[in-house]
Amino acid sequence: MKTLNLPATTLPDEAEKLRNEIREFLADEMAAGTFEPRCDSWLGSHSAELSEKLGERGWLGMTWPKKYGGHERTSLERFVLTEELLVAGAPVSAHWFADRQTGPLLLNYGTEQQRQTFLPKMAKGQLYFAIGLSEPNSGSDLASISTRAKKIGNKWVINGAKIWSSGAHHAHYMLVLLRTSPLEDGKKYAGLSQIIVDLSSSGVTIRPINLMTGEHHFNEVIFEDVEVSEEMVVGKLGEGWKQSMAELAFERSGPERILSTYPLLQELLVQLEDSSNPHVKNKIGRLVARLWTLRQMSLSVATLLLEGKSPDIEAALVKDLGTAFEKEVIEVTRDLVSVRPSLSSKNRLEVLLAEAILHAPGFTLRGGTTEILRSIISKGLGV
Amino acid sequence: MSDIRNMLVETANKILKDFCMKELVMDAEKGIWPQELWNILNETGMTIAGIPEEVGGVGGDVGDALSLLRVAGKYAAPIPLAETFIANWLFSTSGREASTQALTVGPVRKEDQLNFTKIAGGWLVFGKLRDIPWARNVKEIALFGKTEDGKSIVTTVPLENCQINKGVNLAGEPRDEVVLTNIFILDESVAINTQVKEVDYWNISTLTRIVLMAGALEKVLELSVDYSNERSQFGRAIGKFQAIKQQLAVMAGEIVASSTAADSAVEAFCSGKMVNEVAMAKIQVGEASSLVTKIAHQVHGAMGFTDEHPLHLLTRRLWSWRDEYGTESEWAEFLGEQVLANGSENLWPMITSSLVTQKVN
Ligand SMILES: Cc1cc2nc3c(=O)[nH]c(=O)nc-3n(C[C@H](O)[C@H](O)[C@H](O)COP(=O)(O)OP(=O)(O)OC[C@H]3O[C@@H](n4cnc5c(N)ncnc54)[C@H](O)[C@@H]3O)c2cc1C
Repeated sequence: MKTLNLPATTLPDEAEKLRNEIREFLADEMAAGTFEPRCDSWLGSHSAELSEKLGERGWLGMTWPKKYGGHERTSLERFVLTEELLVAGAPVSAHWFADRQTGPLLLNYGTEQQRQTFLPKMAKGQLYFAIGLSEPNSGSDLASISTRAKKIGNKWVINGAKIWSSGAHHAHYMLVLLRTSPLEDGKKYAGLSQIIVDLSSSGVTIRPINLMTGEHHFNEVIFEDVEVSEEMVVGKLGEGWKQSMAELAFERSGPERILSTYPLLQELLVQLEDSSNPHVKNKIGRLVARLWTLRQMSLSVATLLLEGKSPDIEAALVKDLGTAFEKEVIEVTRDLVSVRPSLSSKNRLEVLLAEAILHAPGFTLRGGTTEILRSIISKGLGV
Repeated sequence: MSDIRNMLVETANKILKDFCMKELVMDAEKGIWPQELWNILNETGMTIAGIPEEVGGVGGDVGDALSLLRVAGKYAAPIPLAETFIANWLFSTSGREASTQALTVGPVRKEDQLNFTKIAGGWLVFGKLRDIPWARNVKEIALFGKTEDGKSIVTTVPLENCQINKGVNLAGEPRDEVVLTNIFILDESVAINTQVKEVDYWNISTLTRIVLMAGALEKVLELSVDYSNERSQFGRAIGKFQAIKQQLAVMAGEIVASSTAADSAVEAFCSGKMVNEVAMAKIQVGEASSLVTKIAHQVHGAMGFTDEHPLHLLTRRLWSWRDEYGTESEWAEFLGEQVLANGSENLWPMITSSLVTQKVN
């Protein structure tokens, strides 16, 4: 049996120093009315203005080399930035995917030209990417995708469709996983590649799919004979599966898998401040103990990654527990105060609760469902 | 982990793995004291690890001692290693020599307070202590209490002078009632106004249970994974069924979470910057114990329900230890009160650094 372990870690001083700067910045922005705290803000709260401000501060592409517009800071500093932004419920969805996964992916596998073209603008908070993985017939079984590209001259011609593409209507580009050679029997992981597609190209249709809240967040992105230069292939042709899995590893156990409902918890505490009810204290105590534990785990994964280890099973664990916690905040809130969740309410707690409830189903689906994560974990355990 | 700690843990692992076979643990539950096990741990310095050399220990820090206890928890070692450590820790903070004898310590329940009365040449101690681990098996009990004017007091009393009413926890571990009826202690055996704060006494005691549980949980996962691979039904290993896989994954999540929480609480205690970490870790491992024991027994079927399979050595301990030094609810109420009193804006600072100072109510 593989022993799984996430040892206790603490953050270095420079990261804690940065934390104070970020808190001040966010407090100022909030005071100036730039934003109000929202639940799940990394997915659904878009603000080009805030993204640019973060870029100006040097808080995007933080860990990337300076020659690509990065700031060569540590991934633990980025960890602190991420958690502070989420705790504040700041609107960060515009740049989120580019900063979290596409940028690092290009650093690992991209060509020099791709890095120079995309990274500096991403780091300024001006260039957004969408994630092109899922398709109408391929969700958990991602390797079964059928979007394909055919080489004609020095161009690739793409046909097919991606779905559930978060924020694709705001994004400039999409990193698309597709087939560059036909499926051979029993080799579904072979022949997949990743290509960068300019979403303003002709032949690309972006069709909105509204969430049950009515929000426009998802899209279906349809490709009809879309021509892309061969220079837009990321990494090696046929290695798309491996690269995509590495990309997903960047996103599995970060603070965004724990803190999507933190603004709700904070507002709940405001309402409970004068409570002396033992049941209330008991519930809050348990919730806080869990939050602390999960945050220590997430920090530990980040530290292991920095040390060059690959705690992939542990990361899956953190995501499974973390996303369950995000939902638990909702149930505890409902248990402890009698409020009516409503997006139109004047009471902040009621609005945040409504947002949390309506977004919660996605917490345990996106980035790999709970069931898929648990399969990964049990395989890692050796059963 | 430091090299020294690694070495200690490795040695402890070897010894305890060899010694703590099911028979030895079950014999101990029937009342047979494992003297040979105690001797070998003594010879290797394990019984006084984490106690400074100046007072007769083998050096190292509290973290080292607690990582040994974690191994003891993993093998359900039927000896008072935790109590001996707490007692020697109390001694070391009051400048007193460590003992290589097996010891116990009290009180273990917050409600059980001792009365110390000053008389000529010494003190009289009076009180009833419940659930004292291993009292019947050891010669001395270390006592922590307060004088009438609120000064901390550390001393020891020979157990032959006390009345002992035997009791056991769910795992058959001795949890005896110790009655002290005005026992006289000489001034020179009493340390007054030591550096030990009451809160530290409870915290370190609670930490011993947290790490014992983290160790036991680790073993439960091992047993469950092994069993899932060995046991076959419907023509295949039960571990091949999705339902079992999901259960094991849930279990693994709780166990890794408990391990991280335990580690983090130990680190916080050792750094001297502890705020609520012990409370948070005890809640985590306690809640995990409830869920994990349930799943483990389900996965093990009827076999795990018998005394033939070693699973119960761990699950019965987890069911006992989760209630010792504060249940999840007791700690959660305490913690919830702090959180509410600190105000909503201070929750995140507490989670991230625990540097907030508690508001005085
Ligand atoms: C908020 C949100 C944002 C998203 N953003 C993006 C994005 O930007 N880009 C993108 O490409 N995708 C995105 N997705 C899609 C996401 O990756 C998929 O939802 C996810 O991979 C699951 O696929 P599915 O929804 O088709 O569910 P399915 O795979 O159809 O699963 C349905 C149910 O069956 C279960 N199931 C499936 N296979 C198994 C199995 N082998 N064993 C046990 N149970 C199984 C699942 O766990 C689930 O409960 C997003 C999803 C959400 C909710």
